[in-house]
Amino acid sequence: MLHYLLKRLAAIVPTIFFVTIIIFGLQQLLPGDPAVILAGEDQDPNVIAYLQKKMHLDEPLPVRYGYWIAGVVHGDLGESLRIQQPVLGLIEEKLPVTLELAVIAMLIALVIGIPAGIVSAVGKDTVWDYAANVIALWGLSTPNFWLGILMILLFSVSLGWLPASGYVSPFEDLQANLAAMIMPAFVLGNAIAAVLMRHTRSAMLQVLNADYVRTARAKGLDERSVVLKHALRNALTPIITLGALEFGTLLSGAVLTEQVFSIPGFGKLIVDAVFNRDYAVVQGVVLFTSSVYIVLNLLADLAYFLVNPRLRG
Amino acid sequence: MSAATPQAMMPNVNPASPARRALRRLLRRRGAMLGLVIVVFFVLLALFAPVIAPYDPIATSWSAVRKAPSMQYLFGTDEIGRDVLSRVVWGARASLLAGLVSVGISMALGVPIGLLAAYVGGWTDSLISRFTDSMLAVPFLILAIALAAFLGPSLSNAMIAIGVSATPIFIRLTRAQVLAVKVEDFVEAARAVGNPHWRIALRHILPNVLSPLIVQATLAIAAAIIAEASLSFLGLGQQPPAPSWGSMLNTAKNYVDNAPWMAVWPGLAIFLLVLSFNLLGDGLRDALDPKHM
Repeated sequence: MLHYLLKRLAAIVPTIFFVTIIIFGLQQLLPGDPAVILAGEDQDPNVIAYLQKKMHLDEPLPVRYGYWIAGVVHGDLGESLRIQQPVLGLIEEKLPVTLELAVIAMLIALVIGIPAGIVSAVGKDTVWDYAANVIALWGLSTPNFWLGILMILLFSVSLGWLPASGYVSPFEDLQANLAAMIMPAFVLGNAIAAVLMRHTRSAMLQVLNADYVRTARAKGLDERSVVLKHALRNALTPIITLGALEFGTLLSGAVLTEQVFSIPGFGKLIVDAVFNRDYAVVQGVVLFTSSVYIVLNLLADLAYFLVNPRLRG
Repeated sequence: MSAATPQAMMPNVNPASPARRALRRLLRRRGAMLGLVIVVFFVLLALFAPVIAPYDPIATSWSAVRKAPSMQYLFGTDEIGRDVLSRVVWGARASLLAGLVSVGISMALGVPIGLLAAYVGGWTDSLISRFTDSMLAVPFLILAIALAAFLGPSLSNAMIAIGVSATPIFIRLTRAQVLAVKVEDFVEAARAVGNPHWRIALRHILPNVLSPLIVQATLAIAAAIIAEASLSFLGLGQQPPAPSWGSMLNTAKNYVDNAPWMAVWPGLAIFLLVLSFNLLGDGLRDALDPKHM
């Protein structure tokens, strides 16, 4: 157990190292002197000089990386040039909004995806299976920003049921908050529901043919408890880990969804940073996202390890 | 003995070859055929855009601003009086180009690197694998956005950004497939008769790992088309006034209450094209890998 843990933890180190190399390397893609470009349209010589000094542009590349990574390790992800704020502070400010969106989206995805997957596996090759597969294909092929616009068209413009945009903090007005979040969360959860459905289906199909399920049936259990108690419990394990891996999809999707519904979250932060050529924010957001992804991946592996007694040895 | 000789393993040698049988299985799948028909439709649309589009896609007309669909403008007009149908037709070029070129870049980088990692093994493999893990740790679209932001907004930079971001998938897939194939008897035989390494890798191993790569490439085109539309939607792809479905949707979202047709058609086009590549990819997977069923 301890051995596995240590091995798994050690494997993270090179991954994080290469991630920082990639993100630091992004800067090298900028054409010309980074300080001049980072200084923005004003081209203030004071700013340029300040940046040249701050980024140690007179030093060789590995030394610059050293300075940058030393800052990162101490929680210094750089500073936004636009709003003169530390990047980490901006992330902390925007993250809760996206987190709420992501959690609701994941709940919607689970509620749609897993039952649909079960129904489709149990009724393999029936109308239900066919319908579930068509819906999954729709979910995978619809660009979520288009779905968002269509939903605004239907529920805000035509029916007038929900607000088209505008975010309200849940601490101010929970009902208004949920009214503003439900459409973006559905849009975001839609694609993940499709992925979950497909995986639940194939996991269930595998398990339903297993010997112990046949035994459960043979001893006269009704089909309902065979499917839900015996089969689903074992099929769920890989699906749980998949949930953690879909975090990347959630964050990528949030970038577009927040743009469509004008939600001031993490995704809006990176898009605004891109428009304002606020490169330090872009780098900070990418670094933060990847680190969270790596940690979640680790946790998913550990969870998988814990619920699967065969691996514990 | 014949099964172990390299020649017998190569596709396209006799009428009952695996490739021919896979093609027959593919032709029987209705979903895949529907996908193929839609793909061909969009390819023709893109190729013959100048003939098909009724108007100039970038010509503005102040007397025809935000006109609802009619006999004159079948899909309506946009906020500066451009014909939406013509822009959707021309937009097929940007989307198809982005799908094909990005995946071309991913494969041109990913397949040789994956082949190298698996064939050489040792430190080379460890280094490449750790680097691939790191790239996969950055969510695909976020990496593409970051790359496009630093490279600067344009369609070609968007294609590079998407292509590079999708590369690790191809490295990983090629590596896994080559690892499985390189221990087969026919590779051993090819080595025993004195073939050089490059010849074993290119002539004996590569053709035998192509099937999963073709499936992955088809599905990757679907993902790349959505990614290009997403980058264009964020202003990082095709630059105005050149038509692209993503940037059309970006403008359309501001007029959704009084010109909804502006949002419907480009989105429908993205959906259909992506759906068709997904259908084709699923069909190819079933046809090329019957075990997957």
